[in-house]
Amino acid sequence: MTLFPDALRTLAVGMAVVTVACGCGGSDETPRVVVLVTHDSFAVSPDVKRAFEEESGLTLRILKAGDAGEIVTRALLTAGNPEGDVLFGVDNNLLQRTLEGDVFEEYESPRLENIDPELLLDPQHRATPIDRGDVCLNYDQAWFTERELDPPRELSDLVLAPYRDLLVVENPATSTPGLAFLLATIASYGDDGWQAFWRGLRANGVLVVDGWEDAYYARFSGSAGSKGKRPIVVSYASSPPAEVIFRDPRPSEPPTGVVERSCFRQVELAGVLRGARNEEGARQLIDFMLSERFQEDIPLQMFVFPARLDTALPRAFEQFAVVPESPLELPPEKIEANRERWVDEWTDIVIR
Amino acid sequence: MDGHRDPLSSRAWRALVLGVPLAFLALFFLYPLAAIVERGLRGEGDPPLDVLTDPTTADVVWFTVWQALASTVLTIALALPAAYVLGRYRFRGRGLVGALVVVPFVLPTVVVALAFVAILPDGVERGWAPILVAHAFFNVAVVVRIVGTFWASLDPRVDEAAATLGARPLARFREITAPLLAPALAAAAAIVFLFSFTSFGVVLILGGPRFATLEAEIYNQAVRLFDLRAAAVLSIVQLACVVAAVWVATRLERRVVVTGQLRPESEVLRAPRTTRDKLVVGASLGGLALFLGLPLAVLVERSLAIGDGHGLHAYRALGRPTSVLLAAPWEAVLNSVVYAAAATAIALAVGGLAAFALATSRGRVLDSLILLPLGVSAVMLGLGFLIAFDTEPLDFRAASWLVPVAQALVAIPFVVRILVPTLRSIDPRQREAAALLGAPPARVRREIDLPIVSRGLAVAAAFAFAISLGEFGATVFLARPDRPTLPVAIFRFLGRPGEVNVAQAYALAVVLMVLTVVSVLLVERLRVRRGGWF
Amino acid sequence: MLRVEGLTVGFDGVAALDHASLDVSNGETVTVLGPSGSGKTTLLRVVAGLQVPDKGRVVLDGKDLAGIPPHRRGIGLVFQDHALFPHRNVAENVGFGLRMRGDNPAATARRVRELLELVGLAGFERRSVGTLSGGEQQRVALARALAPEPRLLLLDEPLGSLDRRLRDRLLEDLARLFGQLDVTAVYVTHDHSEAFILGDRVAVMRRGRVVQVATPDELWARPADEDTARFLGIANVDGTEIVRPEAVAVRPAAARGDGTVETAVRVGPVVRLHVRLDDGRMLEAVMASLEHPRPGDRVDVEVDPRGIVRLR
Repeated sequence: MTLFPDALRTLAVGMAVVTVACGCGGSDETPRVVVLVTHDSFAVSPDVKRAFEEESGLTLRILKAGDAGEIVTRALLTAGNPEGDVLFGVDNNLLQRTLEGDVFEEYESPRLENIDPELLLDPQHRATPIDRGDVCLNYDQAWFTERELDPPRELSDLVLAPYRDLLVVENPATSTPGLAFLLATIASYGDDGWQAFWRGLRANGVLVVDGWEDAYYARFSGSAGSKGKRPIVVSYASSPPAEVIFRDPRPSEPPTGVVERSCFRQVELAGVLRGARNEEGARQLIDFMLSERFQEDIPLQMFVFPARLDTALPRAFEQFAVVPESPLELPPEKIEANRERWVDEWTDIVIR
Repeated sequence: MDGHRDPLSSRAWRALVLGVPLAFLALFFLYPLAAIVERGLRGEGDPPLDVLTDPTTADVVWFTVWQALASTVLTIALALPAAYVLGRYRFRGRGLVGALVVVPFVLPTVVVALAFVAILPDGVERGWAPILVAHAFFNVAVVVRIVGTFWASLDPRVDEAAATLGARPLARFREITAPLLAPALAAAAAIVFLFSFTSFGVVLILGGPRFATLEAEIYNQAVRLFDLRAAAVLSIVQLACVVAAVWVATRLERRVVVTGQLRPESEVLRAPRTTRDKLVVGASLGGLALFLGLPLAVLVERSLAIGDGHGLHAYRALGRPTSVLLAAPWEAVLNSVVYAAAATAIALAVGGLAAFALATSRGRVLDSLILLPLGVSAVMLGLGFLIAFDTEPLDFRAASWLVPVAQALVAIPFVVRILVPTLRSIDPRQREAAALLGAPPARVRREIDLPIVSRGLAVAAAFAFAISLGEFGATVFLARPDRPTLPVAIFRFLGRPGEVNVAQAYALAVVLMVLTVVSVLLVERLRVRRGGWF
Repeated sequence: MLRVEGLTVGFDGVAALDHASLDVSNGETVTVLGPSGSGKTTLLRVVAGLQVPDKGRVVLDGKDLAGIPPHRRGIGLVFQDHALFPHRNVAENVGFGLRMRGDNPAATARRVRELLELVGLAGFERRSVGTLSGGEQQRVALARALAPEPRLLLLDEPLGSLDRRLRDRLLEDLARLFGQLDVTAVYVTHDHSEAFILGDRVAVMRRGRVVQVATPDELWARPADEDTARFLGIANVDGTEIVRPEAVAVRPAAARGDGTVETAVRVGPVVRLHVRLDDGRMLEAVMASLEHPRPGDRVDVEVDPRGIVRLR
C-alpha cells in the first residue's frame, strides 16, 4: 500500500508538467509540434513519419480520436478551437457535413497536379483528397468452388434463390461500410428503385449486423480462422490482399474475391483545421501527405489506394487488389441532404 | 491533527472527506456533462419535444430499463452461489477463484461478444437472451466480489440460530441472510444495473439491429446523425432514469445498517468437511467455471489459431513494433499497468475519503453522485471533456493524465460501494472506546477503522486496478496513439483484416486475462500496514 | 432422553472431540464443565446438528439424529454471544421459531408476551436488539430459544460475556427457570460455580473427552483424577491423594508449629491460606472465621482424615 502515495506524487508532478507544457505552447513563437487528428484506422510507417519530422523540423503528434463519424463530431464541436492542426479521415459521405460545419481553412496544396481529378470533391480546397478506397462485396473463394456455384457478379444476383442466406451486411446506421453499401445500392437502383431491391434482399435472408468486426470476423466464412457461415460480406476492395499479406505462410492466391460491380467509392480527405495553432505546420503536413513518400506508404498501412495517379503500388496490391473500373458514386451534397432519411427508410424496410 | 484538543480539526476532516470527492466529481464529471448538454440544447437539431414524443424513444427507454433489470436479476442469480461459497468456506485456491472471476469484467466487449457469437448455436445467437447472458458474464465478478466479501464478515451463528429455531434453508435465506446482505446486494445490484443500463457494444452485436439501448441511441444521434440536441435530450432522459435507480439503491442500502455484527474472515470461514459441503463448493464453483470458462476458452483458442492448425505465432509477433500501434504490442502491457496504478491511487484517495464521509454521516447527494458516472453516456461525457477543457487555464484536451482520471471516475463507485457497508457496520462503541482511551480522531481512524476495513480496501484496490486495466470507452478517446493500453491495442488490431492481426488481438486479450489475475492476486496480498495510508 | 455416544470430530488433524459420550435424562439439567478448548462447544454443535461428527452418534428420545438437519431436530440453542437477529426487534426475535413453526400471529404474540414476562422483559417487544444491554440481550436469546418449547435446550456459556454481578443474578434466574419449566438442558461453562449451581449433574470435559459425570457433591467429594481435582480448584493434590482445603485446620502455633503462612486472602465469607510446611510441601486451607493468621505467622496444621480422598 505504500506504493500508492508514490504513484500519487508522480501523478501530481505529471499533472504540473503537462499543465505547464500546455501553457507554453506560446502564441508568439512558431510551435514545434504539428498535431494530426485522425481516425482509428490511420497508420503510417515509422520511417515515413520520421522523414516528415526531419524534413520539416516539426514533431508530428497523431491523435486518433475514434472512427470517421466520431472525428467529424469532434471537429464540429471544436470548430474554431480545434484539438489539432490537421484533420484527416473525412470521407465523401461526411464531407458536406464537415464543410457546412466550417471546420476547415482553405488551402490549395502545390502538389495537386498528380491527383486523380475525380477525387477533387471540394473546388474551394478546404479538403484535400489523400486516398481512395472502395467498399465492395467480398466472397469466400473456397466456399463457392466447393459447391460449384458462381460467385455473384451483380448486385441483382443477391436476390436470386441460389444466394439465399449467404449475405451479411453492416447496419448503415452504425457502420461506415454499411452506409457505403446502402449508398451503392441507391447509386445503382436510383432514388425509387433501391427500396424494392432491399425488400428482395430481406426476403432472401440478408443478415444485418452492427459493425465490420462482427460481420467480417464472426459471420463471414472467408476470413482467417472464422467460424462464420456466410460466404458474402460487405468489406473493402483491399481486403483480399490483406488476407494474403497477413497470413503466415503467404498463400499464392487470396482466399477471398471482390464483386467488382458492387463497389462504392470512398475518398478520404484532409484539411487544415480552422484555428490551428500551427497553421504553417498543418500546410506542410498536407503537402507531405501528398508526397510520393507518403502516398507509397498508404496501401500497406491503411489498405486503401493512394490519391496520386503516379504512385507505384506494392506487389501484393498489383497482384490481388481489385481496382473497380467504374465504382458507384453519389455527390456529397446529395448524400448529406438525404442520409438520415435513407437510413430511416432502410431501417423500416429491412429491420422492422 | 490533534482532534481531542482542537474541536475544529474534526470539522476540517469533514470538509476534506466531503470536499475532495465533491470537487473531483464537479470538475471531471458534472462540469463537462453540463457543458455538452447545454451545447446540445442550445444548438441546432430537432426540437426537444420531437425526441421525447417519438414512439421509438419510448421503446428504447422501455427496452433499456427492462433489459438492465433482467440482466441484474440474472447476474445476481448466477453469482450468488459462488458469493456464498467465497463468503462461507475456506479452501485452497480461494484467492485464485476470487481473481479469476474478475477476468471477464476487464475484457473488451467486442472480443467477448464475438466469442459469444461463436459459441451460441445458430438461431439463439441474437436477440435479448444473449444480451442478458453476456451482461451476466461481464458482471458476475461485481456480485461475487462485493457480496462475497461482505458475506465473509457476517456472523454465521445468526444463521445457525435460525436453523435451531426450525427455519428451513430457504426460509433462512429469505429471513436472515438476504436482509443482512441487503447493503452489499443493493450496492452490487446498483452497479450491475448501471453497467447493463449503459451497455452499448454488447447490445449492438448480440442484440442485432432491432435492439437499441438509450446509450446506443445517444451515440447514434450524436455521432452518426450529428443531432447533438436529440443526443442531449436523450442524455437527460438517461440521467433521470439513472438518478431514480440510484436513489432506490442507496435507500435500500441504508435501510439495514447493522452495527457491530461484522467478524473477521478468520472466524467466519470454515473448511468444507461433509460431502454436502464439498458438493456445494464443487457445484457452485464448477458451474461458474463452466459459464465463465467457455467464452474465455474460445479467446485462447483464437489466439493460437494459425492457418488450419495452432501455434504461438501471434504471441511472438507481440514483440515486434507495428504501425497499427506505433509501438510494439507488448508495450501496451506496461502502459496499462502504469495508467491503472495511477487510476487506482486516485480512486482509492477520492473514493476512500468519500466512503468515510458517507459512513459517518448522511451525505445523500454525494452518495448518489458517486454512482452517476457509471450511468451516463460515455460518448456525451467524452464530448463534454472536449468542449469543457478547451480554454486556458483548463485546456486539458491533450493531457495524458486525463486517462487515469477518467478511469478513476469508473473505479470510484466500486471503491465506495465496497468500503461503505463495512465502515457503516463498525460498532461506534469501538470508536468511542478508543477515543476514551485518549486516541485523537486521526488515531481512532488509523487504529480502529483501518484494520477493520483493510480487507475491503484490498478488494477495492484490486477492483479499481482491474477496472482501469479494462477501461476502454474513455481510454480510447484520451490515450496517446503511441501509448495504447491493452484494450485499445486489441481494438486496433481487430479493426483490420488479416489472420495475423486478428490472432494478435486475441493474444493480447489472453495477455490481459493473465495480467488481470496476477495483479488482482498481488494487490489483494498487499495489506495495510500501520500508518501506511492516512 | 439424550444419548451421545463416542463422538469424534477433528479440525485440521486436531481432535476437538475424542470419543465423547454423555447421557441426559428427561427433565434433567446437565452442565458441561471444562477449560476453553476442551470441546464443549463442539459437543453442543454436534448435538444441535450444526456440525457433522466424524464418528459416533446422537440419539434423542430413542431416535438416531444422523442426517437430520438442525431445523428438524427441535433442539433449542442459546449461543455464547447471543447471535440475535440484528435486523429484527425483540418480539420478532422471540417469535421467530413460532413463526417458522406456522403459529398464527395472535398465538405467537401471546406466547412472546408470556416469555418476555418470564425473563423479566415485559414491554420490550418493540425495542431494537441493538439498543439492549448485554444482560437484556441474554434474556432475549433465552426467551427466543425457549419459545418453540424445544425438546432439549442447549446453552453455550450464555453468561460468559457478562459482568460478575449480572451473571450472579441471571444465574439465579436461570436456576429458578429450569426448576419452573421442567426443561431438559445441557449447559456448557468453564466456571465451576455456574456448573455446580445449575447442574443436576456435572460432566467434566478435557481434551475432547468426557472424563467424569457426577452430581456436584459427588464430584467435589471424589474427582476422577488429579487434573479434574485441580480444575475444580482443589489445590492439595499429591500424586494419588488429595486433601480438601476445608478439611485442613490451621491454628496459631502452640509451640514450634508445623509450618509458615505464605498468603492469606479473604474470599467472601472464608479465608484461603497457603501454608508452607516445614518438610517443603505447600498446603491450602480454608477457614471460616473473622480472625485468621497473617503471612509469616507460624501455625499448627491438622488434617481431618475424612477430607483425604484417594484417586482411582
